[in-house]
Amino acid sequence: MKSEKLHATHDSSLVTRRSSPGSFLRAVSAIAWKDLAAELRSRELLSSMLVFALLVILIFNFALELDVKTRSTVTAGVLWVTFAFAGTLGLNRSMAVEKDRGCLDGLLLAPVDRSAIYFGKAISNLAFMFIVEAIVLPVYSVLYNTNLFNLGLIGVILLGSVGYVAVGTLLASMAVQTRTRDVLLPILLFPVVIPIMIAAVKASSGFLQGLETTELMTWINLLIVYDVIFVAVAFMVFDYVVEE
Amino acid sequence: MEPQPLALKVLNIFSAVLLALATWLVFFYAPMELVMGQVQRIFYFHVANAWVGMLGFMVAAVAGIAYLRTHDLMWDIIEQAAVEISLVFFITTIVTGSIWAYPAWGTWWTWDPRLTTAAILEMIYIAYLMLRQGIEDPDRRARFGAVYTLIGGLSVPITFLSIRLFRTIHPALIGTASAASQGGFDMTPRMLHTFLFGLLTFSVIFVTLLWHRIRLGRLAGKVEQMKLEVMQW
Amino acid sequence: MIEVSKLVKRFGLKTVLRGLDFQVQEGEFVALLGPNGAGKTTFLRILASLSRPSLGEIHIAGYALPAQAAAVRRQLGVVSHMPLLYGDLTAEENLRFFGRMYDVQQLDQRISEVLELVGLAARRRDLVRTFSRGMQQRLAIGRAVLHDPEVMLFDEPHTGLDQDACDMLDKVLRDVAARGRTVVMTSHDLARVEDLASRFDVLSRGVIAASASRQSLGKNNVLAFYRQALQEK
Repeated sequence: MKSEKLHATHDSSLVTRRSSPGSFLRAVSAIAWKDLAAELRSRELLSSMLVFALLVILIFNFALELDVKTRSTVTAGVLWVTFAFAGTLGLNRSMAVEKDRGCLDGLLLAPVDRSAIYFGKAISNLAFMFIVEAIVLPVYSVLYNTNLFNLGLIGVILLGSVGYVAVGTLLASMAVQTRTRDVLLPILLFPVVIPIMIAAVKASSGFLQGLETTELMTWINLLIVYDVIFVAVAFMVFDYVVEE
Repeated sequence: MEPQPLALKVLNIFSAVLLALATWLVFFYAPMELVMGQVQRIFYFHVANAWVGMLGFMVAAVAGIAYLRTHDLMWDIIEQAAVEISLVFFITTIVTGSIWAYPAWGTWWTWDPRLTTAAILEMIYIAYLMLRQGIEDPDRRARFGAVYTLIGGLSVPITFLSIRLFRTIHPALIGTASAASQGGFDMTPRMLHTFLFGLLTFSVIFVTLLWHRIRLGRLAGKVEQMKLEVMQW
Repeated sequence: MIEVSKLVKRFGLKTVLRGLDFQVQEGEFVALLGPNGAGKTTFLRILASLSRPSLGEIHIAGYALPAQAAAVRRQLGVVSHMPLLYGDLTAEENLRFFGRMYDVQQLDQRISEVLELVGLAARRRDLVRTFSRGMQQRLAIGRAVLHDPEVMLFDEPHTGLDQDACDMLDKVLRDVAARGRTVVMTSHDLARVEDLASRFDVLSRGVIAASASRQSLGKNNVLAFYRQALQEK
């Protein structure tokens, strides 16, 4: 009978191995993969981020009168404002999924380091941001007849998104546990990611205007420093945000 | 009701006296500055407020880390107190700064690094208070507060640096002459005395207010506890 | 298997568990009873390593909480009244995800076995979002036994289920218990647990007020026992 078979194997081959770097990475990839797979099915998060981003760009068209002359100086700014706002949508939804069905407990029950949860969520959040950015860039290029296919720009977007998501994932984990929820995340996040905004806009603008990479190193370094510091701090502090 | 300890009562009086003395010094002891005239006198209080505000900021950051390590709610009370008082000191800084700016530069606000960073810091403080407001459980509130103080605290120096770089590489200020933007002038000995006295005064005021606020926090905690005990019947 | 000694849990100033002692031998099925708000869920969360004790010692399967929490978690299967499942994934995908998190060997085979056990083999490729609450609970139990833990914790698993679903759940619970696992189940519905448990403990005012084995009580005396336990100080 099946029940006997299960009883016999109790204690031997089913019991899990001890914690190891392998199990950490496995947990991280399992979480990231789970988020992506679930999102692929429902597409709720991505579609809301995308629609929002496109609407923001549309509004900018009227708000800023992007004629050909001003466009080149202002494009970087418009792009980053768009990413920042759409990003909070994604961060909120991603954590809300865990909170609403109590799934966060499910994750916390697993015999893995808490920081694996942080990295797993951060990676999936980052993936979502990249997807949105990858769609917004060509759309913007077409709408405003500007060539945004620029390796330097893409590099900056990558670096900036990493820092943004690193802090955003941590703060979203906090915000989702409060009464004020969705509204709170931008309030917590924006003052703290200003260095990214500054550096990313400056560097993006520089690349779009054809400046050499060496001239923009200050900004790129700033982004890298921010990313390193905040990824490190966020993952060290994550425990305190989810443990009770 | 727990009465104020004697030391605190003494501090209250001491603070008031110091403030009165400092004001006198500012108006009668310190000399008139050549370029800007009477308006310059606000500098003494403006800078003192800013420095003491920074002190509050550091106290908050340290208290946050201390809470995370010890889980002693006392650190949480200190942290919140430091944030609130620092918030007020920075508001005073910004307002006195504006009062100085208008006659000096013809504008109430400039986007220079220090002022902008001060404004961002205020936003972080407000975000901190809003975060705390949305949480019922005291332990969670304290943990989250400490985490945000840490993250916010780390970001502020980096923000200041970024804006500095932003301004030096593109020096075009919005509006007016940048020459006096650092408010440079040489200090005579009397000015130095006044300034240092002002710094002392506001440091004492800071400690007094912090003590009051911590006391308030502890009393509030006691009220909560009494409420719970009553409700359990 | 489970040893709890002088467990205290405070939320800020409110003390929910006051020096609670609790022992469970391997293979026992303990029903933890008590009125709403007595602290059953809090206690279970602490056992499940989701919450830290304020004071006291806990050992599960020989490992200490919270120091060796990861080792404890490997031996725990938890079912709460929330399903803890991802609606946008299929039953199989949910199990595969948790299997990877627990590093379960021979995962595919195990998933099939578990789905059989909880009677959901036919729905393995359906999205959990489409499941009724009863089916979700059964899948939740499947998730909890996937890694074959020694100890199972159930927090009011019958909540929100209709009669049929409850009966199916009971069948699964009996299967689970029959395998010699140690089970602690909270409930405020005595009728449900009467037939399942081998022991009844009553949690009242933050401690275990009374404890009795099924044998000593006899079938229809559980209610009387419960009432009496609540009367006593």
